[in-house]
Parts: sequence; C-alpha cells; structure tokens
Amino acid sequence: MSSSVLLPLAEVTPLPGSTYIIPALFLFFFATTVAGALVAVAAQRIIRGVCGLAVCCLGLAGLYYFLNSPFLALMELLIYVGAVCVTIIFAVMLAEPDEPAPTGSLPRRLCGAAATVVVAGAIFWSLARLGVFGRWPTLALDTRDWSVQKIGVELLTTYSFAFEAISLVLLVAILGALAIARSGRHNA
Amino acid sequence: MSAIIDFCGPWWPWVRMLLFLVGTAAFAGLNAAYLVWCERKIAAFVQRRPGPMEVGPQGLLQPIADAAKLLAKQMLTPPAVDTILYRIAPVAMIIPALMCFVVLPYGDALMPTRIDLGLLVVFALSAFNVISLMLAGWSSNNKYAIISSARVVSQNVAYEIPMLLTIVTVILVTGTTDLGTIVGQQGGWFWNWNILRGIWTLANPLVPISFLIFFICMLAETNRAPFDLAEAESELVAGSFTEYSSMGFGLFFMAEYVNIVVGCSLATVIFLGGWQTGLGNLLSFLPDWAAAFVGLGAFFAKLYAMIFVVMWIRWTFPRTQFYGLLNLSWKVLIPVALFTLLLSSILVKLPNLF
Repeated sequence: MSSSVLLPLAEVTPLPGSTYIIPALFLFFFATTVAGALVAVAAQRIIRGVCGLAVCCLGLAGLYYFLNSPFLALMELLIYVGAVCVTIIFAVMLAEPDEPAPTGSLPRRLCGAAATVVVAGAIFWSLARLGVFGRWPTLALDTRDWSVQKIGVELLTTYSFAFEAISLVLLVAILGALAIARSGRHNA
Repeated sequence: MSAIIDFCGPWWPWVRMLLFLVGTAAFAGLNAAYLVWCERKIAAFVQRRPGPMEVGPQGLLQPIADAAKLLAKQMLTPPAVDTILYRIAPVAMIIPALMCFVVLPYGDALMPTRIDLGLLVVFALSAFNVISLMLAGWSSNNKYAIISSARVVSQNVAYEIPMLLTIVTVILVTGTTDLGTIVGQQGGWFWNWNILRGIWTLANPLVPISFLIFFICMLAETNRAPFDLAEAESELVAGSFTEYSSMGFGLFFMAEYVNIVVGCSLATVIFLGGWQTGLGNLLSFLPDWAAAFVGLGAFFAKLYAMIFVVMWIRWTFPRTQFYGLLNLSWKVLIPVALFTLLLSSILVKLPNLF
C-alpha cells in the first residue's frame, strides 16, 4: 500500500504551469536573500538589522536547497537563525535600548560616509571580479552526492585539518568565556 | 483507500498533498483548542473544582466559544510599538510550528513527506520559536515584555544544547535521521523501543536518562511550567504577550500547544516506538487497514499520555527560580548529556576494535 501512496515526484503528473514553479521559487529565495541583506545594512534600529540578517539566512537556506544541499540548508537555519541571530539580539538587549543619535558635524559625517562607500565599493568590486574572472581551483571531489554520510566522511578525512582548526578556535572562545565568567562574578 | 487512489489516477500525489495540508491544519487547530479544554479540566481536577461546565456538556464547546471571542475582538496596535515586527512576530511563531508536521510520521502511510533529514527539519524549524518570542517581547515596547524576552533567550539557548546533545546520542544508536526509519527500527516487542533497546543490546544503557533530559528540555523549550518564567503571570503580567490582543495573542497561544504536540510527537517517534504497538506479532492476524488504525491509536495513546504528564507537571510543580533553571541546564543536564554522548560513542565503536 505504501508504495502506491508515496509515488516518487518524478512520476507525478505535473500540474499546469508547474514548470514555472521552480524558477519562481528560485527567484523568491534570491529576492528574500537580497531583501534581507538590504534590510540588514539599511535598518536604523539594530534589532531590525538582525531580523534582516535572519531573513537573509532564510533565503540563503533556500538557495542551498537549490544547490542540492538540504543538509546545509537546514544547518543554515539551525545555526544562523537559531543561534547566531539569537545571540546577536541577546547581546543587543544587554546593551542600550536605543542607538545614540549620530554625533559630529555634517561635513565630517559626509566624509566618513564617502570613505565607507569607497572601501565597501573596492571590496565589492574585487570580490565580484574574482568571482567572475578568477581562476577557481578545480573541485577536490567531483560528486553530486551531498548526503550527511558523505559530508561526515569528508569532514573527518579530506578536510579534517580545517575541521580541527575550526574546533580549536571554538574551544579557545569557550575557554575565554569561561575565564571571563569565572573572575567576573567575584569582582561584581 | 485504493479505490480513491485509482479514481484520482496520476493526480493522486497532488490530492494527497492537499489532504495532508487540510488534515494537518485541522489536527493542529483542534489540538490547540481542545488541549486548552483538557488543561482546564486537569487544573480543575488538581484544584478540586469542576472546571468549565457551562458551554455544552462538560464545557466541551468552551474552546469554540473562546475561539469565536478571540476572533471577534479588535486587533489593537498600541501606539509605541514597532509595528512591523509586532505584527510579524505571532505569524513567525505559528508557521514554523505548523511546518514541523510535514515530516512527523503518524503511521506507515501517514507521513506527508519522508526525507532523510526529518529530525533535522524539526529542529531547524523550532529555531524560529525563540527569535519570534523575543521579537514579540522587544517590539511591544513594554518593560515586562522585554524582561520576558531576555528570559526566553537565555532559557532557550541553555536548553537547546542538552537537547541537541541527546538527539546526537540517539542518532548514534539509530544511525539515521529519517523519522520513518527510526520508527521502523523499533518494531516487534516493546523492549525494541529505543528507550529500552539500548539497555539490553548495550548500545547505550543510559537511553532512559536521555529520554528524561529530552523531556525536561522540551518543557523548557516550549516554555511550560515549571519553566514558564517567560510568561510568569504573577510577575510579568503575560510576558511577551502582554500587549497582544485578539488573534495576535491567539496565535501565540495556539503555537504553544502546537509546539507541545510537536515535541511530544517527536519524543514518541524517537524514544517510544512511534506507531509500533510494542505487542510483537500478537496483532499480525489483523488486515492491513486495521493494523494501520491500531498503529495510529498506539501513537495517539503514547502522545496524549505524554501531553497529560506535561499538564500534570504544570499544575503540581511550582515555578522554578531563574538561577535554578539555568543551573539545572548548565550544571546538571549538559554534563550528563555529554557523558551519555561519550559513553554512547565508545559503545558504538567498541565492537569494531575487536
């Protein structure tokens, strides 16, 4: 019975117009990513900025899904929305409730803005150029199989050095937090 | 059943999708409504009073009346709130909670989709729970709500860790994150359920403790008593929901019960054998359709027994203090969960060494 109930989607009669659904979904996730990123940088209040970041991560998760990587998509949600954004908001809540008004004279602020635009534009231009014209290293693994098993085996064999280096960074961060928390309570 | 499938022909997958969509929405909505009634009745039983009695026999129509009242009230937006986030928060709370039902298997044929990463889907979606509650509190521009959202974050961050550690422990034993396969492994007698199987196969003798940790974390993640500091009525009015009226509040209330159903379903699937009756081959004389119904009944029996325990705890345990809550997680649950994880990974690898 279950075999007739659960047909693989390839054998399913396509709904009228279903050829547009997949491109439409792709465009939706693309638009979500860009819109979230714009909100994240343009928002006046920092909490709204973090919400933009969460929306951006949601769109990115959708794009990862389109890249045939559902595991990465779910991890994007679990870690970036569930942990990183929450931690940022938590840090914001411990700080001042409202941002202070911008200080300094108008020409000075304009100079600052111009410098920011130049630096950001340079970074964007070089990254975009690298992405379009740069010579990418050939893939170490030419595979379409991105199952959890494959990712786990690769992380613990081919990429074990990077994996261990990242966990070392995290370990140092945890130890630092513990060291601060330990002395902090007695001083207060 | 097969007549319907034949009638729909190649359209069956779409019809099936629609059926699941409607069925899931109805299941979630009715559960939210009638679990409130159960909660009131259990509270009344604990406090030696009759509970809702007026609307319908035994107050059975009370949830419908409540829903009508909530729907009819005005959607008020207080002037000082952050309007966009204030309106988004309840929606962002209920949608991921409902989406979890996409992967939860209620029977051999009663799972909307079967994917390899089912378990991770539920956890990825439950990540939105915290952020929406926190946004609700922050955008309300109310001191009680802000205190509540600060509490929600530290509580959920603290309890997410032991919960995920326990889940990793279980995945080590099951070897898969596909919820359908996890239930399939627990067939036969009830000692094949994950909660007991680890003991006699020596895969991990501490699974009952993992189950306990999972249950405690689930209570904390769904903000249920004794961990309901986020909406502690006696201190914080209604916590994050203070400024919400009408269905804005209604959606939060619904999401709380939907989250309880999702959490208890997950515990049933992972630890208590899902739709497996646990009676070995005693029921093998039943035809397929009857076995499916018995399986569904077994699932619901386990599910609602757990939900009853959740409510029982709420009305008999006093609320914990905030430091007690955080100490329990960081000083008891996380070390114990880490130890079970370590033991489990050693026991998984040990047979390979000899």
